Amino acid sequence: MAQLKLQNLRKQFAPNVVPVKDISLTVDDGEFLTLLGPSGCGKSTLLRLIAGLEQPTAGQVVVGENNLTHIPPGDRNMAMVFQSYALYPHMTVAANIATSLKIRKTPPGEIQQRVHTVADTLGLSHLLDRKPGQLSGGQRQRVALARALVRNPEVFLLDEPLSNLDALLREQVREELKELFEKQNKPVVYVTHDQTEAMTLSSQVAVLLDGLIQQLDPPSRIYTHPANKFVAGFVGSPQMNLLALECQGDRAILGDFSLPLPSFSPQPSGIDIGIRPEDLSLATEDDKITVQGSVSLVEHFGRELLVSVKIKGSHHTLRILINPDLQWEKEDIKLAVNPHRIHWFDEKTGDRLNP
Amino acid sequence: MTTMPTTFLKSLNWKKVLLWTGVIFLVLFCLAPLLWQVLTSLKTNDAIAKLPTVYFPNSQQLTLDHYLILGGKFLRYMLNSAFVSFTSTLICLAVGAPAAYTLARLKIPGEQIILACVLVVSLFPYVLLFLGLLELVKFFGLGNNYLSLIIPYTAINLPLTILVLRSFFQQLPKDLEDSARIDGYNTLQMLLQIVLPMTIPALVTTGILAFIFAWNEFIFALTFITRDTLQTIPIAISKIGGASAFEIPYGPIAAATILGTLPLVILVLIFQQRIVQGITAGAVKG
Ligand SMILES: Nc1ncnc2c1ncn2[C@@H]1O[C@H](COP(=O)(O)OP(=O)(O)OP(=O)(O)O)[C@@H](O)[C@H]1O
Ligand SMILES: [Mg+2]
Repeated sequence: MAQLKLQNLRKQFAPNVVPVKDISLTVDDGEFLTLLGPSGCGKSTLLRLIAGLEQPTAGQVVVGENNLTHIPPGDRNMAMVFQSYALYPHMTVAANIATSLKIRKTPPGEIQQRVHTVADTLGLSHLLDRKPGQLSGGQRQRVALARALVRNPEVFLLDEPLSNLDALLREQVREELKELFEKQNKPVVYVTHDQTEAMTLSSQVAVLLDGLIQQLDPPSRIYTHPANKFVAGFVGSPQMNLLALECQGDRAILGDFSLPLPSFSPQPSGIDIGIRPEDLSLATEDDKITVQGSVSLVEHFGRELLVSVKIKGSHHTLRILINPDLQWEKEDIKLAVNPHRIHWFDEKTGDRLNP
Repeated sequence: MTTMPTTFLKSLNWKKVLLWTGVIFLVLFCLAPLLWQVLTSLKTNDAIAKLPTVYFPNSQQLTLDHYLILGGKFLRYMLNSAFVSFTSTLICLAVGAPAAYTLARLKIPGEQIILACVLVVSLFPYVLLFLGLLELVKFFGLGNNYLSLIIPYTAINLPLTILVLRSFFQQLPKDLEDSARIDGYNTLQMLLQIVLPMTIPALVTTGILAFIFAWNEFIFALTFITRDTLQTIPIAISKIGGASAFEIPYGPIAAATILGTLPLVILVLIFQQRIVQGITAGAVKG
């Protein structure tokens, strides 16, 4: 049983370059943790801290009972897949996969056998004698995976391993990855800025911004209960509608209309709300909370239409997903808001207010 | 209808003709002196002196004599040159590559200053150094010793080697080295087994430049070495003299020049494949 534990990790490159500020988390065996965040938020740096490629300014990296903070990367028994794959260009695929075992003085017979097992699993058997330069992008990606798997490490680290593949292949490999790592039953830390990957692969997602964890939760909860405005806006496609509204009494004012506030105390004077485009619908007779406006833009979004509606009496725009079969009027469209699906955020801190 | 393709063909041919005229002219322009040397080295003395100039000698005007009279001594000069050039090139690479790697990868305080110094040294006209160096050579008693050439040649070639190799190391993907460290290589193993194999094209390129310089160098070789058996090719060629002060032995000089250049040509031909080849292809997604 190996558990990866990060305690108050911090990395400071220069006085004002602190890509990782204070990060603590644990990843258990068989858990798949995704670090999700925009470019430059410190995901790779955090991963490199775990791998030992960078020394933390403060904090500890612990696996099981062992404090690895000052152990060199080669002795940590962690495997890492790089975004660029980092295959050794002058070695054959077989040699690439086998190097880490050779360095650890594994008997040649065992190396042979393990390389072949992994190559079989990943469908690389017929490529073992080639050089990386003679492989396609997808095949290189598999070799990089094989190189990690063959070591049977205590922890897997993956830094955007799919970002160099085309969209179709990415989807396919994503499924394979999921199966593959479920079988390994080891802690996996996976870095990506692609929310689909994060949502589909992980058992836990850590959303990062500015070197801090914004939210650490299972994917479904990240989606339904974003911890703050940043997470709400970052996760979900099309993006959530985020509006800054004024409050009057127990209602938030949206143009000529108003939304009932949950019972906050004290009553705020202003509030940020978030509504996902799929939580809005065309209003029917029965709907109580509705807003009206005019359509400013219609985009095709897969199966549905993404319609931007300018709310009457305000400068705000709401985007809504509508089934293309439905009829609506361009100049005067009426939308129903499901009050249970509204996310309320503090005007100043951006933190979530409703439970 | 039919005129269209023919005019098209014509214009195409014109382009080709122009291209090839250009190519041939350029090649002739570059190679003419060399070709002239080859021709001179193969003509009899009579044919060389004859007016009007003999461009296409007949069989009586051709001879290998100029090569034959160079004799075994010339081989000795070649070996001297080869030894001095090879050794200085090897030392230059062995010292320059680690220095370049350090400058490219490690954050050393004052890195910019070091680089600026390296650059300034490489800009300095080396000929101006030779009087000072002569004093040094005398002081250390290195006169008439291969070392008196090997050391200055190495030093003169080092700045360029360091600059070229450094920019090469900088564009090597750093992920490869990180990956090697995670795989468990220690620093030395990583440098020898991962970095070095990928560096070969750059090493060959800079190595050849250093070699050519050392092979052709004249002033130092003339000044620091006076003993005949230790002298290098450029000196040997310059010392070929005629029977009298008024006779210039064009034939033997040409022959010696050709022989002296041949090793360089062969070297470049052997390694050009290596130079062109981008061995890093496939390391990272291209
Ligand atoms: N060695 C370093 N020295 C100085 N600053 C660094 C170093 N490595 C990273 N940084 C800085 O740290 C910040 C975070 O970088 P990091 O590579 O972790 O981002 P990331 O989240 O992985 O982004 P991406 O999604 O683009 O890969 C960046 O602003 C970067 O400039
Ligand atoms: Mg990154």
